[in-house]
Amino acid sequence: MEIKLSGVTADYQIGPIRSPLVLDHINLTVASGSFTAVVGPTGAGKSSLMKVLNGLILPEEGQAVIGQLVVRKGADKKTLKAVRKRVGLVFQFPESQIFAETVEKDICFGPLNFGATAEEACTIAADVIGQVGLDRTFLSKSPFSLSGGQKRRVAIAGILACRPDILLLDEPCAGLDPDGQSEILNLLTRWNRDYGMTIVLVTHDMDRVARYAQQAVVLVKGKIVFHDSVRRLFTDPARLKDWDLDLPEARRFQLKLEKHSGVALPGVCLTEEELAEALIKVGRV
Amino acid sequence: MSEPMIEVRNLSYTYRGRGEKSALSSVTFSVSRGEWLAVIGRNGAGKSTLAGLLVGLLKPQSGSIRINGQMLDETSEWALRRHMGIVFQNPDNQFIGTTVEDDVAFGLENENMPVAQMKVRVAEALKLVGLSGLRQADPSRLSGGQKQRVAIAGILALRPDILILDEAFVMLDPKSRRDLLSTLRRLAEATHLTILSITHDMDEAAASNRILVMQDGKIVNDGTPGQIFSTEKDLGAPFSERLRRILLAKGRRAPDQYMTEEEMVDWLWK
Repeated sequence: MEIKLSGVTADYQIGPIRSPLVLDHINLTVASGSFTAVVGPTGAGKSSLMKVLNGLILPEEGQAVIGQLVVRKGADKKTLKAVRKRVGLVFQFPESQIFAETVEKDICFGPLNFGATAEEACTIAADVIGQVGLDRTFLSKSPFSLSGGQKRRVAIAGILACRPDILLLDEPCAGLDPDGQSEILNLLTRWNRDYGMTIVLVTHDMDRVARYAQQAVVLVKGKIVFHDSVRRLFTDPARLKDWDLDLPEARRFQLKLEKHSGVALPGVCLTEEELAEALIKVGRV
Repeated sequence: MSEPMIEVRNLSYTYRGRGEKSALSSVTFSVSRGEWLAVIGRNGAGKSTLAGLLVGLLKPQSGSIRINGQMLDETSEWALRRHMGIVFQNPDNQFIGTTVEDDVAFGLENENMPVAQMKVRVAEALKLVGLSGLRQADPSRLSGGQKQRVAIAGILALRPDILILDEAFVMLDPKSRRDLLSTLRRLAEATHLTILSITHDMDEAAASNRILVMQDGKIVNDGTPGQIFSTEKDLGAPFSERLRRILLAKGRRAPDQYMTEEEMVDWLWK
């Protein structure tokens, strides 16, 4: 499902305090079936962008078109509910929203809310628990007896249970151990590749961007300053510095080595595997 | 050598209602003053349980903890806690103040510090974490990384002897993380601050003096970052070590042991 934002401006309000223009006239098209990373310095508006895509913040100006649905100021509840069914949003630390006494009940909450029967919801729960790499014995457990990584996967299963076409994730790996992190990311890659699920991932970690995403969007002070392939994003280090963004470790190491040796390695290396291949090509190892 | 700052002996802990498995079983180690010890291991290895026991949030079921030579128990814990600061993973769970400044001052107010002195401490702490510009901001409206830096400032303002970081850097972007790591490095050297950092981030672990590896509630390895990364092949590693492992796997020329990035660059292009 395609996402198209035109001229989207958003303010953010908590109580009486208003931050104007967290999003400043955003134009953005996210192709159906793509895996896009949204990056930018802290406070750039990344989380707000996710909320607009999910209809949690309505644009002050402009509109977001998700499939056939239009999110704009004053959009009716019915449209917003339909948007939230199509677009699953995984917040930071999603496990803090787990509330039911069993994993199954927690996963069923979403589908029941969107009109599934109890029986349908249970079938879905049994299906999605497998999709997040946990077996069905987990369904009867209390979510609070699980480890951090397991809870995170249960929370993501709860979102998948609503059968979204688009999955938005805000730092889904924060706080997980390296194995837990790659498990989550490999799951995302699989859903993207096998089911054509459109994935938008907010992350600070450029190594994840380099390894998993195809497209990158750079957000700075509420504006989109870059939207292109991940490899192009990491080509020019000076530009990244202007945006206060890091390089993936492999690319950083590559540039350090090139500066030290005065010899350019072939290509832009995004991972340690690519760097090893480049070193083999130039005959250093 | 002086008495260790933290001394843990035969510490065990089992959570109620989680079956018979111990979260921590018979853990013994010590940390010297000014030392930076990183504790690594998978989720569920017992790392956070250890942190909870050290600050007295959990009560040891057996074994003992000594802080600066003094036994940690019900009578001493309030006094000893003044020497310790802990920063957790999710900063949203630890905000009280309505402005960043107030939040950082909260711990100092509890100690009845005079206002003038408190202002100096707060300003200092915010400078250390690079947030001087956001003194008046509402903490709940900051980004995840900024919130975490406020939480760290709140602890540093108390000038603890021991700083415990429980996955405290996960919400930070890599640059703030590197900046904060080097700030702490300097602080540790200048003030003999003892740091115990529980982490999955191998760069954070590489910044320490010593690493403990935990698995299933036990310590399974203890050594310098170099020793740990060269021997613990199943654990993640800093970039230079991952590259070395790939070269070895491909049967290419590679260094025989862990090297820092700088050493590796030199080694590749002498």
